[in-house]
Amino acid sequence: MKLTELFTDSGFVITSEAGPPKGVDTTRMLEEVDLLLGKVDAFNVTDQQSSVMRLGSLAVSLLLKQRGAEPIFQLTCRDRNRIALQSDLLSAHVLGIENILCLTGDYVSLGDHPDAKPVFDLDSVSLIQAARELCEGHDLAGKELLGKPDLCIGAVVSPGAEPLEPQIFKMENKMRAGAQFFQTQAVYDLDQFAEFMKQIDHLDVPVLGGIILLKSAGMARFMNRNVAGVHVPEHLINSMEQTKDKVATSVEIAAELVKGMRDLCQGVHIMALGWEKWVPNVLEDAGL
Amino acid sequence: MLVSEQKPLDEILHSLDGENAIFLLGCQGCAEASHTGGEEEVLAMKASLEDAGKTVSGWTVLDFLCQKALVKTGLQAFKAQVLASDSLLVMCCGVGVQATAAVVDKTIHPACNTLSMGGAQGEWRGSERCGECGECLLDYTGGICPITACTKSLINGPCGGARDGRCEHQPEVRPCGWHLIYERLQERGRLDKLREIHMPRDHAKAEPPKALRSTKFWALEQAEE
Repeated sequence: MKLTELFTDSGFVITSEAGPPKGVDTTRMLEEVDLLLGKVDAFNVTDQQSSVMRLGSLAVSLLLKQRGAEPIFQLTCRDRNRIALQSDLLSAHVLGIENILCLTGDYVSLGDHPDAKPVFDLDSVSLIQAARELCEGHDLAGKELLGKPDLCIGAVVSPGAEPLEPQIFKMENKMRAGAQFFQTQAVYDLDQFAEFMKQIDHLDVPVLGGIILLKSAGMARFMNRNVAGVHVPEHLINSMEQTKDKVATSVEIAAELVKGMRDLCQGVHIMALGWEKWVPNVLEDAGL
Repeated sequence: MLVSEQKPLDEILHSLDGENAIFLLGCQGCAEASHTGGEEEVLAMKASLEDAGKTVSGWTVLDFLCQKALVKTGLQAFKAQVLASDSLLVMCCGVGVQATAAVVDKTIHPACNTLSMGGAQGEWRGSERCGECGECLLDYTGGICPITACTKSLINGPCGGARDGRCEHQPEVRPCGWHLIYERLQERGRLDKLREIHMPRDHAKAEPPKALRSTKFWALEQAEE
């Protein structure tokens, strides 16, 4: 099922994430997926997240599909040139994968093979364009395809970026290139997110607000120092620090964010990072 | 030796759209040797622009546009003409275009694509500035090269990895190139340039055929052999 079919007037779309392991033992990842089967609409399958070499997102997308979960196949421009990226998009289609998410990708130095050659032959905008052109029946070189893929194309935007304006320009370019839905970087400040949504009011495209479950005050501080576009406000860090029950507080914070986003955008993208079993509590507390 | 070729006139005229008074700046260094920005080519460009209905507010050919201080002092004598212009068309390599953009508070357009450094980075030596991509984008990026200034050489705007205007890769030494581009375009009132989508680069241009490298110096070497 394509994600775009879910964005109806009454629907609020929920996506989560599956992180392929470093190795071939998929047991734990699939267990985490099973915990959310039927509770979320689709799972992003990350592509060598943080530039760390792992099991591939195309293979895991297929495993999810076989398990009855709806995968969103993530592709970054870091590791493959335009020939390989376009080929993987064709492969995704023949494997029954219908949703993709196109990203630039972290720089190689952030991961565990910092000496690798960074590719970045395409960028997120031209990758989206390549996907759209393939769906129209020809490749980036203008060559006609024997049978065309049918893909729902997603992209990302960072509402907490400073300055925000170039992010919005790029978001508009991604839309013009063919993006059909957006997922955002993690949001912790609903006022700031509301302001972002106001600034993109002229764009007619579904947005899924990003939520990362906070596991501790230390994690929040780490993200504030190291993750671009993420800012956890001080009062949330204090709540996590002072609570006797970290899980309950984390669930409460996430549920408040989901509730707030229900009035602001078309869905949420929840990144549980190993806390998948608490996601149903978040959804329940948020009234979903 | 920085080898360049002139952009097609149509592309140059497109970049000058909406601007009437143009100041032409050529370079007596590599651009003259490449037959892309010496006096002869500057005068030919002047004629082409005038044919296209533009006013050439002034022109000069300076030594080494890749040396910021030389550009600044060299243009002193033409201050009134530069100030009276809507923009400058700079006929040289990507280093010289960026040096001009850095010292002149006007919109700067590149007239050439840089094909090869031939072993040199010009006289502005603090950093690698021109990626010799053969498809000069400096017109869209406020005279700051996205190929060299952005760690990922992105040509369609910033990724999501920058923090406080610094790159995710070695933030202590690398500013986000697209942050610099954004600030420059904002200063010059040209943020609309960020709305244009650029097609993937033609990497075949990274290895230009001999014919395109045929500068005066190349010809001299051939004659010696």
